[in-house]
Amino acid sequence: MFNIAKYDEAGSLDEALAFLSGHPAAKVIAGGTDVLIKMQNGKMGEAELFSIRGLAELTGIKRTADGAIFLGPLTTFAQIAGDPLLQKAIPVLIQAAVSMGGPQIRNIATIGGNICNGAVSADSAPTLLALNAELRLQSAGGERKVPLREFYLGPGKVDLRPGELLIGIIVRPQDYLGYHGHYIKFAMRKAMDIATLGVSVLCRVEAGGVLSGVRIALGVAAPTPVRCPEAEAFAEGKTGSDETLEEIGKLAVRSAKARTSWRASKEYREHLVAELVPRALKEAMRTAGGEEHV
Amino acid sequence: MAYNTVGQREIRVDAVAKVTGKAKYTADFRERDMLVGKILRSPYAHAWVRQIHSEQARALPGVEAVLTYADVPHLKFSTAGHPYSLDPGHRDKEDRLILTDKARFVGDAVAAVVAESELIAEKALQLIEVEYEPLEVLTSPEAAMREDAPLIHEAKRNILSTFGYEFGDLDQAFAEADRIFEGEYQTSVVQHCQLENQIATAQVDENGRIVITTSTQIPHIVRRIVAQALGIPWGKVRVLKPCIGGGFGNKQDVCVEPLAAAMTLAVGGRPVRLELSREECMIDTRTRHAIKYRIKTGVKRDGKITGIRIEAISNTGAYASHGHSIASSGGGKFRYLYQVDALKYEPVTVYTNLPVAGAMRGYGTPQIFYAFECHMEDIARGLGLDPIALHKMNFVETGFVDPIGKNKVLSCGIRECVDKGREMIKWDQKKKLYKNQSGDKRRGLGMACFSYQSGTHPVNLEIAGARIVLNQDGSVQLQVGATEIGQGSDTVFGQMAAEVLGLPLAMVHVISTQDTDVSPFDTGAYASRQTYISGMAVKKAAEEVKAKILDFVWGMTDTPAGMLDLKGQNVVYKHSGEVLMPLAEVALQTYYDPVFAHPITSDTSSNARVNAMSYGVTFAEVEVDLKTGKVEVLEIYNVHDSGRIINPQLAEGQVHGGVSMGIGYALSEQLLYDEKTGRVLNNNLLDYKLPTIMDTPEIGAAFVELDDPTGPFGVKSLGEPPAITPAPAIRNAVLDATGVAFNRLPMNPQRVFEKLRESGIVG
Amino acid sequence: MSEVKSMPEAEEMPEAERMSEAERMSEVKRMSDKRMVPEKVLRQISLTVNGKALTLHVDIRESLLEVLRERLGYTGVKKGCGVGECGACTVLIDGTPIDSCIYLAVWADGKEIRTVEGLAVNGKLSPVQEAFVEEGAIQCGFCTPGLVLSTTAMVENGKEYSREEIKRELSGHFCRCTGYQNILKAAERAVHEAGHRCAHCKHEQEGEKG
Repeated sequence: MFNIAKYDEAGSLDEALAFLSGHPAAKVIAGGTDVLIKMQNGKMGEAELFSIRGLAELTGIKRTADGAIFLGPLTTFAQIAGDPLLQKAIPVLIQAAVSMGGPQIRNIATIGGNICNGAVSADSAPTLLALNAELRLQSAGGERKVPLREFYLGPGKVDLRPGELLIGIIVRPQDYLGYHGHYIKFAMRKAMDIATLGVSVLCRVEAGGVLSGVRIALGVAAPTPVRCPEAEAFAEGKTGSDETLEEIGKLAVRSAKARTSWRASKEYREHLVAELVPRALKEAMRTAGGEEHV
Repeated sequence: MAYNTVGQREIRVDAVAKVTGKAKYTADFRERDMLVGKILRSPYAHAWVRQIHSEQARALPGVEAVLTYADVPHLKFSTAGHPYSLDPGHRDKEDRLILTDKARFVGDAVAAVVAESELIAEKALQLIEVEYEPLEVLTSPEAAMREDAPLIHEAKRNILSTFGYEFGDLDQAFAEADRIFEGEYQTSVVQHCQLENQIATAQVDENGRIVITTSTQIPHIVRRIVAQALGIPWGKVRVLKPCIGGGFGNKQDVCVEPLAAAMTLAVGGRPVRLELSREECMIDTRTRHAIKYRIKTGVKRDGKITGIRIEAISNTGAYASHGHSIASSGGGKFRYLYQVDALKYEPVTVYTNLPVAGAMRGYGTPQIFYAFECHMEDIARGLGLDPIALHKMNFVETGFVDPIGKNKVLSCGIRECVDKGREMIKWDQKKKLYKNQSGDKRRGLGMACFSYQSGTHPVNLEIAGARIVLNQDGSVQLQVGATEIGQGSDTVFGQMAAEVLGLPLAMVHVISTQDTDVSPFDTGAYASRQTYISGMAVKKAAEEVKAKILDFVWGMTDTPAGMLDLKGQNVVYKHSGEVLMPLAEVALQTYYDPVFAHPITSDTSSNARVNAMSYGVTFAEVEVDLKTGKVEVLEIYNVHDSGRIINPQLAEGQVHGGVSMGIGYALSEQLLYDEKTGRVLNNNLLDYKLPTIMDTPEIGAAFVELDDPTGPFGVKSLGEPPAITPAPAIRNAVLDATGVAFNRLPMNPQRVFEKLRESGIVG
Repeated sequence: MSEVKSMPEAEEMPEAERMSEAERMSEVKRMSDKRMVPEKVLRQISLTVNGKALTLHVDIRESLLEVLRERLGYTGVKKGCGVGECGACTVLIDGTPIDSCIYLAVWADGKEIRTVEGLAVNGKLSPVQEAFVEEGAIQCGFCTPGLVLSTTAMVENGKEYSREEIKRELSGHFCRCTGYQNILKAAERAVHEAGHRCAHCKHEQEGEKG
């Protein structure tokens, strides 16, 4: 038995927003893999739950008329992992999705929940960050758009206001078309684990192997998922030699604000950033090269 | 000798029940209006409980009882699952109470609630106020051994035991040596993580006896210890053991049953269920002892060992449990691997304010063989020898007599094991191939050997019981006191009985539930004893039934029993195999013959005063990512001399599981704690890294089957041994790959990387 | 000692009786918090469990695991951690493996649930169960129901799986006894036998066309 004081369900988005504006204390629940586990562990007292899992309008993946990819926040990790559109358009997001938890968790955990709980180890976060994803947030009062990068306020803290719901995650065409990516989840196990470090990179490879539009994002390297602007700037226009990649890795460390915990030391995490960013880039470049031959 | 069912890959007798969900485990038994028990645990690792205010909790509707130290008998008892000893000096350390007035680790049980539901019980726990007087927290043996350290128990020092041994002249042995090797090796705290957490239900029956259904490896011992803890006659307790979801030693200890019994007594005998959560199970059941070793070994130039000195400091945590015997037992089993003239073993087992360490698969041997087999690799490298050659030069031979216990090794297949493993992994080819590697990923090979016992004789009593009833249709019921906990014992016992009685396994109905009121006496599942020790009782019972059947047939047919045999469900002539009559016909007569009816049963006990040594080796190949420190096991083989194998499929299963546990021990598993507060940091399956299917390589299992003359059908122990040597074999492979010796478990990526960097292997 | 008795199917009971049974089982009467009145914690749901249609009242605080085990008697659903880390409580919800310990019972409304008890038909084991039995994939048996169900989901969705993909699909289940070796063998056998049948059918069809 969970310590649930009250349980309500939304029938439609409008109904949900109206309910939330009247019940600011209600805890929104979707897949439940975050909320119910916290309740079970006693990390949450008696709670009033408000379920949005029935909102069909918040599920699914589509390409909009302007070429953007739209992810409904209630889309599960399993749906992302098996989505043919994403497989073609943004395969790196699939890599991130299948790295999360285990199959049973992926079958129910939602991408919206993964973002809104603000966990630094969220497996979708580095990739969505590298994709310059934008969030659509709606409340009874109206809608606003927030870049994912600005959404993370601190450890476990996000810019989600009372009464607000995440209703869409958007990746604009200019942020994924022509890009190649790679995600490395470094963890102690190959499944059922949280990342010691997550590295997601995206890049275009121009003629002559010149890198452009390099974007590097890290999970668990700082209190929130972060991008690596110095490394990205340095990489622009360079060819991907081993030396350049090594330098990019070193510069990425500057964006990391790792801390020592019992899971890993700051020094080791920083070393992993320096080591894995080049590996991920190399892999992304390899994919780019591979596709040219097709 | 050719057998019919022994040696066959028979399907396990409980397979269908388990694959259809029909198998019943403790949590699957419910009584109407069963109450829920919950434990209030100390947040302090070391503190006096000065006062407990439970009025508010007691007043909460739905709360039936609140128990504290004041409400339970003040009779100290031991939780260790050992047979009782008539010699008071040989009994386990009695240092435990059902609820304590002094917390000795974070999670120690200071109060308990019995309520109508889990939510109410949890709410009640929050309403209990405890006044603690914190004391200095001792998490390391070094701190606990300080002269001025606060005492964890009422004793002169925080030392539980120093029981070691010595033989030969060590000074002379070292003087004769050409080289002296010294090394320090350290293991970590790990946990069993059996899938089924500890759970017991208790109630008082209509005759005023306490009935406990529990997930245990040792039902008869539970009966005794519950009675001792409550100060009631042993016969007042009845213990039932249904299907068990794994134990690995965790349930060779009496953890939850005394409290469950106290709870039902507190609520007028109503049924109470006490089920630990995963988080509780990981801190308040048992763990594996972390042990630090210092080893000094003298060797001749050619590799012959002249003498060994092993010092060990074992961290036993807050209560004795099996602590006093584990360091000693590991040292005892070690004596049977190498022929040395002088050996001194000096273990110190120390109390600290950590979760209680106890029995876990291998019982002290994974630790000592980790240390010594790492040390052997170091010696081989120091002498420029192939480790296989070094091992072979020093192994004992069949006929070896233990200088301390005087037990004689009657079968020793360690050389055959090593030869087989060497071929399986292609040792010689790969050793050559990996000689000059460059790049960021390096491969290496390692091996490690062990010796193990079958049961605990002569340290403990090795008694086992079996009962067989011949049914009207010629099938039999087999009842044993030994316990199936997943390892497959019911199936091999069934095969043994079937073999003797000339029956197919399907005609042997093995009763899997133990009930101390009706099951024969047996001390339970531990020490890899059951196939060997309890198997003797089963074989004896079956032979008795067979003799009675043949005697009966003699009476029926005037054919002397000595001329007869049982085969293929028939009574046959021994010399020709010709069928005399179907067994079913005899069976029917035994029940209904107007004059001679006398249904055939046997009820036997076997007190085994023997102990067969089993042997084995692990060969491992790894790849190390120098830049991240990640170690991947590419290939791993365990080859065992466990005597004759009764059921190869089940035996392989034991090896797979043990090796997997050993891989976790080597690379990823460790129960972490805050050294200052003693609080465990990762008591859940997400943060405690036991391997998933994706982390587990293909595991090769093989056997060299040498019959041991003392074992039923020639068997020796197998349950625990597979978990002993994967860790040192992997460590030696990592050393082979990188040139760096890791002397501390686990070899997780950060540790490996840091050490590689320290050693200058990576920048 | 008595086993959990499976409740009569709520559907067959008259309305009044069904309510009182649900109330009794849901511990509502025992709640210390008097604000909790039955209509606030009870929800009526309709679902099928192993092919049987049921309508019953569940407590909003209950997990599907609790309802299946404690109220409906499907004790083949095991609890190993309660937080979605071990996979022992896995059931199939509309054919998809889900950890029932972190799935609220109210969410099961309108769903088709399958537990390990529903796999054998008239006492005949399913091919997945048979593979687990024959390959020696079972030891203590506590993880078995969940693994059998995850394997069943693979077999039934008709996709082809490589060894690595099978491992990934089973990676949400911990097993401490088997080292996963024979589990993998059993799963591969079940998945490939199912795949083989399909391939065979296709082959035949093509043959006919030709």
